[in-house]
Amino acid sequence: MMVARILTSQPKNQIGMWVQKAVTRCWRRAEVRRLLSSQSKVPQSPTWSIDADADPQEGGVSAEVIDHLERLALVDFRNQEGVERLARAIQFASQLHNVNTEGVQPLASVLEDRALYMRGDSVADGKCTELILANAKTVVEEYFVAPPGNIPLPPHQENLSQQ
Amino acid sequence: MLGSGVREAAAALRLGQLTPTELCQKSLSLIKETSFLNAYITVTEELALKQAAEADKRFQQGKPLGVLDGIPIAIKDNFSTKNIETTCASKMLKGYIPPYNATVVQRLFDQGAVLMGKTNLDEFAMGSGSTDGIFGPVRNPWSYSKQYREKRKHACPDGDENSDWLITGGSSGGSAASVSAGTCYVALGSDTGGSTRNPASHCGIVGLKPTYGLVSRHGLIPLVNSMDVPGILTKCVDDAATVLGVLAGHDPQDSTTIQDHFQPFTLPDVIDVTKLCVGIPKEYHAPGLSSEILALWSKAADLLENAGAKVVEVSMPNTCYSIVCYHVLCTAEVASNMARFDGLEYGHRADVKDSTEAMYSATRREGFNDVVRGRILSGNFFLLKQNYEKYFLKAQKVRRLIADDFVNVFRSGVDVLLTPTTLGDAAPYLEFIQEDNRTRSAQEDVFTQCANMAGVPAVTVPAGLSSRGLPLGLQFIGQAFCEQQLLSVAKWFEKQTDFCLLACHENGHIVKQQKITWSLRHGDLRAHLTSHQFIYIYALYAV
Repeated sequence: MMVARILTSQPKNQIGMWVQKAVTRCWRRAEVRRLLSSQSKVPQSPTWSIDADADPQEGGVSAEVIDHLERLALVDFRNQEGVERLARAIQFASQLHNVNTEGVQPLASVLEDRALYMRGDSVADGKCTELILANAKTVVEEYFVAPPGNIPLPPHQENLSQQ
Repeated sequence: MLGSGVREAAAALRLGQLTPTELCQKSLSLIKETSFLNAYITVTEELALKQAAEADKRFQQGKPLGVLDGIPIAIKDNFSTKNIETTCASKMLKGYIPPYNATVVQRLFDQGAVLMGKTNLDEFAMGSGSTDGIFGPVRNPWSYSKQYREKRKHACPDGDENSDWLITGGSSGGSAASVSAGTCYVALGSDTGGSTRNPASHCGIVGLKPTYGLVSRHGLIPLVNSMDVPGILTKCVDDAATVLGVLAGHDPQDSTTIQDHFQPFTLPDVIDVTKLCVGIPKEYHAPGLSSEILALWSKAADLLENAGAKVVEVSMPNTCYSIVCYHVLCTAEVASNMARFDGLEYGHRADVKDSTEAMYSATRREGFNDVVRGRILSGNFFLLKQNYEKYFLKAQKVRRLIADDFVNVFRSGVDVLLTPTTLGDAAPYLEFIQEDNRTRSAQEDVFTQCANMAGVPAVTVPAGLSSRGLPLGLQFIGQAFCEQQLLSVAKWFEKQTDFCLLACHENGHIVKQQKITWSLRHGDLRAHLTSHQFIYIYALYAV
């Protein structure tokens, strides 16, 4: 119904309507044929299942590892939920152990067979100090300013109490 | 006019039927009318009008720059845009003004494209729903189609219209919604594990992920360097080929772009599929695949076969581990990539002065959401000295097996693969957020991330409507750097299915410029339909 209305409002699309009908016929015919033949190339049931027997032991993370990760990543887990999220991520990843990778070389880049482009070792741009500094919150003259360095983060417990 | 494709719009501009400024203004007003979709983070009205005025002059002089001259486009907010805030939908980059344009942005500008704005996404593109960014979730324009509304009302009469809307998919949900709603012709997304194809499929448009190394990543804020590619979202396959022609090719600023010459191409109108061999990878019938997509997939395979193509079932035995492998490689690269955000040079900086480390730590705690922090922590776990071989190297080895699966099927004589894009149609927001981001990504990316693992090109094409009246897409996967063949098959398929885009009408007639007539009441972000205004989708598929 809508088709007719659209097309009649645009007479030049009359041809479009015929194409439309032909296409619809074609598409329908494919459906009928598919119903008639059970020979579809598309498998009609799932060919694999979700691995539910992942080792529940896998997700265990010790307090030391948690503390170590927070220092390395410079973000914290915030709460128990964050720790549980990591445990589930590890469990999920552990399915990889089911794959036999004996003798397989790691693939780091799909362009491994090509030589990467190297540009000539010459200055091509520059003189943009102000532009680059413009996005920093704290600068002095042409320097980014950081608080005092080489002071380790306080131990984990103190960290938590600070929050 | 906004309902048509790039070619039609470009022709109208050349015939003088409308000017770039008029087109730009229509687009701007449509963006305002559909602002409840939350598709745009920044609307670059001033720049758009300026660019359109410049295009006006070029058309007056009869010297347009190229086919995209004067055409409204949108860019995902993880591409750097000179002097325009680029946030990645994260507090970490709120207020960040890049001093340069990403190469792909510059190439679009060089063609005269008119930038309407920066589109919404999951924070740092980590997600598959466009629900996890600081600017809030993106709403799928199809939520407001008359067809869906009526069916929904019938199914659950007590449903609250205000909260009952669908996700766009993600992470390039804003880009997909902007094209789907007709507020621009072309949008750029990024595609690391399916972030362009997934929302394109849920929003009923075309989404192309080019071969890794064909399109520059310079200026795309990285998620996973070995898999990221800029993605192209358009209303039809022809437009995707046009935009690819503009974007593709070596960029000295990105050493991972290949140096071979790229010849832009247009797709023929008559496409012969009789010499084509289409592979149906049986492992892509994954658990959870909806019966509707299965039926559509079967139908498409039969259609190709009936047209004379050789359709064969193939096996890609490592497919089921791909999503797990992706999870490990993605989080590991995220852990390393996100290290750049420390508050010193750009972005958010916490007001902590005790020590550099304390400032870093506070900045990152405040700047990243739970999803990003979760991925950084898992990635660091997989990269720990004691876990490196067990998880990271293991995943890289599995990646080779997955990439080899593709090499093997293509070597066996298969030209393209035909698969589903997603397990089902777009989920309602309230249903989608019942599961966490990782679980959702594992479900949503199951068919898409394999192409990123292998670096091969893939495109999703709208193929039909679900029983709820929502778009369903199918995916074609091609051989590396064989975009022309891939898109030719996609175009052939597009013509057969004749799926029609979301287009809106007033009083049951096409409004002159196919204007979407959504009105807002009391700014309550609700699409309100008055008795004089109807929204119709003319989904002609299987009328």
